Amino acid sequence: MYLYDHYDQAMVDARVAEFRDQARRRLEGKLTEDQFKPLRLMNGLYLQLHAYMLRVAIPYGTLNSRQMEVLADIADKYDRGYGHFTTRQNIQYNWIKLEDAGDILADLASVEMHAIQTSGNCIRNISADHFAGAAADEVADPRPYAELMRQWSSFHPEFSYLPRKFKIAVIASAKDRAAMRLHDIGIRIVKRGNDSGGELGAQFYAGGGMGRTPMIAPLIRDFVPLDQLITYAEACLRVYNRYGRRDNKYKARIKILVHELGAAEYTRQVEEEFAHMLEQGVEPPREELARIAAFFADPPFVDAPKSIDRSNPAFDAWVKANTHRHKHDSYVSAVISLKPAGGIPGDATAEQMRVMARLAKQYSFDELRVMHTQNVLLPHVAIADLPAVWAALDAAGLAAANMDSIEDIIACPGLDYCSLANARSIPLAQRISEKFAATGKSAALGELKLKISGCINACGHHHAGHIGILGVDKKGRENYQLSLGGSEAEDVSLAKITGPGFDEDGVIAAVEKVTDVYLARREDGERFLDTYRRIGMEPFKEALYA
Amino acid sequence: MAKDIGTSPDEVQFRFRDDEPVDHGTVTVDSALDQTNATAVRIEPGDDARLLLPFLDRLALIEVNFPSFGDGRGYSSARILREAGYTGELRAVGDVLVDQLSHMRRCGFDSFAPDTPLDPEDAARAFATWDNVYQAAADSRPTIARLRHEA
Repeated sequence: MYLYDHYDQAMVDARVAEFRDQARRRLEGKLTEDQFKPLRLMNGLYLQLHAYMLRVAIPYGTLNSRQMEVLADIADKYDRGYGHFTTRQNIQYNWIKLEDAGDILADLASVEMHAIQTSGNCIRNISADHFAGAAADEVADPRPYAELMRQWSSFHPEFSYLPRKFKIAVIASAKDRAAMRLHDIGIRIVKRGNDSGGELGAQFYAGGGMGRTPMIAPLIRDFVPLDQLITYAEACLRVYNRYGRRDNKYKARIKILVHELGAAEYTRQVEEEFAHMLEQGVEPPREELARIAAFFADPPFVDAPKSIDRSNPAFDAWVKANTHRHKHDSYVSAVISLKPAGGIPGDATAEQMRVMARLAKQYSFDELRVMHTQNVLLPHVAIADLPAVWAALDAAGLAAANMDSIEDIIACPGLDYCSLANARSIPLAQRISEKFAATGKSAALGELKLKISGCINACGHHHAGHIGILGVDKKGRENYQLSLGGSEAEDVSLAKITGPGFDEDGVIAAVEKVTDVYLARREDGERFLDTYRRIGMEPFKEALYA
Repeated sequence: MAKDIGTSPDEVQFRFRDDEPVDHGTVTVDSALDQTNATAVRIEPGDDARLLLPFLDRLALIEVNFPSFGDGRGYSSARILREAGYTGELRAVGDVLVDQLSHMRRCGFDSFAPDTPLDPEDAARAFATWDNVYQAAADSRPTIARLRHEA
């Protein structure tokens, strides 16, 4: 994985010093709260319902055991012994004191980590396919491009006060495991021409997003040469910075600009700016991409036995559900579920983080990934090592065999933590996963992505859920709207609301009813989403409201 | 004659140029387009800086107004002017605060007239925030990527 050189380290250290200075000036009254707020946000520090929340960047979700151990130490030292992994491959701490923030940033900097631009109206942490560098189906490892973009987007002098936040995801396979088209810019690395001698380039999608106005990003360029990647991104951002709406914070995301101009007109303006930017020499030298790519060379995989004893049914179920095909056939990628039945999606204790760190060191070439599904991945596990890995995970309460099942719920922090929320998400997720685990129905339902947001900002991706739940406030009571048919994957679509909302008990019963419709109506090999797309909303509505 | 609307040289707190400052105020972009003798212009956030490109060589001062520090359109305006070869004074005016100085400088601003004067020590520290930089911008500093690959 990527390692800092003295330049990268100096940048992060400078940021820590800058933040300490800003905090001092805030305390001395030289900065008002209004002036300080965007500065602390650009260092990941939010003021939530009960305390400050610190969001730490995990660029493209990749980290090593030493970094995971420091995340565990921070949880113990400055928080309440746990952390929360997010849909954008970051980690959040919920109980931070403002006066500790500088020290935490310094602890992070000691292991090449930071909280830079994890919030604020700037370019956020770059995310990527969590199977990058391991998946059998990628044309290239997307992470070198993500790292190039991390450096370009960090402290960007022109794009630090954008109309609104800006999220970029990079993938490199036909499958989309990063919700790429629901990002402000989604980039897919593609190969043009034949397989052996094809040239790599980047497809650019612009103007996707969730929130209160969900949009799927249209393709604006089907091939950007990789030695023009930064220049093209710069052009996209400049058009947005100049013309994105600033009169209404709810219409300020690039999706609104692209929608109002039309994709063709936005593209025309970007192409014009791009032609101009090509003359300006903003692209890093080609050797820089090669330098970065060298850090992502394959670890020394070796041929090893591919068959193992799977007579233990619990182990067998876990291997079936939680391992993913690797490009080397002696290995798999192993998903560590942070979704135990009845648990809080994405939460891990410090002790669990240390277990994951130890397993990464021992069994996965010292590498971990944070997945956009709020799980953690051991990307390169020898098949022969799976029994040992599973046993250790099981002992730590980390062996739930439920990847992509209805128990693998994405949920935002909701009203338990978040100052924006209208309703609680976590207790609902806990009750649903508990219920389906208890009835044993999860396995029968197969792939079924349930996503819960506690307000219309949609941090729980409910628009992209096969089943989505949105918590709203209805005359002072929590009310939950159910929606069906969304997907964040390569078959991206936005979910549609079923009808009137439900109370907490009602929405749990409603989820059960729609899964029953699916079980009764599905045809061979159909997932819930496929059945919904074939039979439409009506049969589900009848079951819900008849 | 359009009314002068800009800051006076007295209000400039930081200036990184040796030439004499323009001794009169600025006119709006609209006025500048009509007036062939205007030498000082003020750009508001919604103005298209590219409208000024045909007659940059007669302009000695361009002010870019930041009515609110969170409105970042002025950073693009500044870079666009420098990319087009403008060498006159480029002044950031308005809600200009300590923590925006380093980015503004990188985008090509070479003078600063904050509404509220800034603590000089804090400002000096802010201008010197970054020993090196990741991006190519209007200040022509060599990027970290270039430094890495210098022979």
